[in-house]
Amino acid sequence: MKHINRRTRTLMEDAAGYAFISPWLLGFVAFSIIPILFSLYYSFTDYDILGDPVFNGLNNFRRMAGDQLFWQSLKVTFFYAFVSVPLRLIFAFFVAMLFNRGTRAIRFYQAVYYVPSLVGGSIAVAVMWRRLFMADGALNAALAKIGIITEYSWIGNPDTAIWTLIVLAIWQFGSSMLIFLAGLRQIPKELYEAASIDGAGSFRKFLNITVPQITPVLFFNLVMQLINGFTVFTQAFVVSGGSGDPLNSTLVYALYLYQRAFKFYNMGYSSAMAWVLVLIIGVMTGIVFKTSSSWVFYEAKEGK
Amino acid sequence: MTNYKIKHILGQTVFHIVVILLGFIMLYPILWMVSNSFKDNADIFNTSSLIPETFRFDNYARGWRFNNSVTFSTFFYNSFYYTIISTIGSVIASSLVAYGFARVPFRGRSFWYGCMFMTMMIPYQVVMVPQFIIFHKLGWINSFKPLIIPQFAGLPFFIFLMVQFIRQIPYELDDSAKIDGCNRFMIYSRILFPLIKPAVITSTIFSFYWRWDDFLGPLLFLNKPRLFTVSLALRMFSDPMTSTDWSAIFAMGTLTLLPVLVIFLIFQKYIVQGLVTTGLKG
Repeated sequence: MKHINRRTRTLMEDAAGYAFISPWLLGFVAFSIIPILFSLYYSFTDYDILGDPVFNGLNNFRRMAGDQLFWQSLKVTFFYAFVSVPLRLIFAFFVAMLFNRGTRAIRFYQAVYYVPSLVGGSIAVAVMWRRLFMADGALNAALAKIGIITEYSWIGNPDTAIWTLIVLAIWQFGSSMLIFLAGLRQIPKELYEAASIDGAGSFRKFLNITVPQITPVLFFNLVMQLINGFTVFTQAFVVSGGSGDPLNSTLVYALYLYQRAFKFYNMGYSSAMAWVLVLIIGVMTGIVFKTSSSWVFYEAKEGK
Repeated sequence: MTNYKIKHILGQTVFHIVVILLGFIMLYPILWMVSNSFKDNADIFNTSSLIPETFRFDNYARGWRFNNSVTFSTFFYNSFYYTIISTIGSVIASSLVAYGFARVPFRGRSFWYGCMFMTMMIPYQVVMVPQFIIFHKLGWINSFKPLIIPQFAGLPFFIFLMVQFIRQIPYELDDSAKIDGCNRFMIYSRILFPLIKPAVITSTIFSFYWRWDDFLGPLLFLNKPRLFTVSLALRMFSDPMTSTDWSAIFAMGTLTLLPVLVIFLIFQKYIVQGLVTTGLKG
């Protein structure tokens, strides 16, 4: 009798649990699982949305290998991610170090430095950014003030256009900074005190305490920012006017994928590209995870 | 004064000067946009000065009128409508789901929790095309449904944040509520929901400004100007092919930033806390 009771109780709990998570579970099936399965199927088809998908095996992937723009978008994206992510993290870490002290004004400064990240995703800022780096934009006007006269369009030149996007990404270092700051505040003060007693200078303390203690946070930031870097879309779309110009120098991967789907209606090709993106992100984060054991410092808990 | 004190004051001064200078550079682009919104169109070019020679407020009126058939009243209404409903939906759904994950020991719980984490790693580009096709077949294109309804499933980030919060609340509270005759839903709604207020506020703020700034969603699903959100309108407005009225564009740009900035100023403490505890995107 008792164990039947227990059985109904677990059944009741199962029912309650699934009832509570049902919004997410339904959404997960409807907006993730089903689309993911469709996406996988489409990636092996030729599909222009008007007709029916036509199975074409590995054709999309073969076509990619010969698609100049595909390789161009990969090149742009790798460059963007590999330049902007480290620079952004270095900058975020530097500013977090600067703010890691107990002045009352810090709260205010934090807010000021966070504002660009707050509005950075908005179209207003992307539009303004485009204007800032034009030949008659504010950057050249500011340069003229210090005596450098240039009619150079930073946004219109294929060599520098991607850099305007990189600068935009670095400019929004706010949330990485806050996460670093939280990490810095968690480093036990005793470590520094003990090091002082041993006669360590501030540079030694930085190198032997701060850096190793912050690596778990760095690891987290690195993974998140890499994913963000490889999927960047809106800024590139707006700054380049949706084209990836000049000369496809700002044609990031997500932008090209979008164009394939919604400008040329190559739904199959675009889906195949999405899976290549998954693969790239998987390999990237995989490398970070794999190498993490050699550079991420975790407190040895059993040693006490 | 001792040597140490002088050194300390000197250090502090250098610190503040560096931080303020850098802070000014950080804010310069935004200040530049705001200042341009008051400038004459001719003055925007070739001047980096932040103070307009003459203040022109008619930029705002001109920008607001947009193309005369649809005005920014419509875009702001659309943005607020879609942002507020999405936010309410995602926050309430997230808290329900979080309660389930944090407090109900059902079978398969860790499996589904793991699935939820996985979805955070998958780039949106994977589901973008099939979602568009599904919504297209459902006849949802050019309505707010594709933008709003998925939000009612809750957001993994918010769910995660709330689960972390609920786990810090002692179980004894649930137990005593149960003795008093509360069922699970009453425990959730009357006891736990009020207690996870900081997580709810953080999620609400983030949801508000992610929805407000969202561009890709409206770009995919809305193509009638009457349905445009502010971000979509602004991008059409600034189309390099058609527009030269930069003062008006910057005026509207400034206005679209206002709701986000105001909310940030009011809830700054929560936003910073929320970011620190979860390490959200950005």
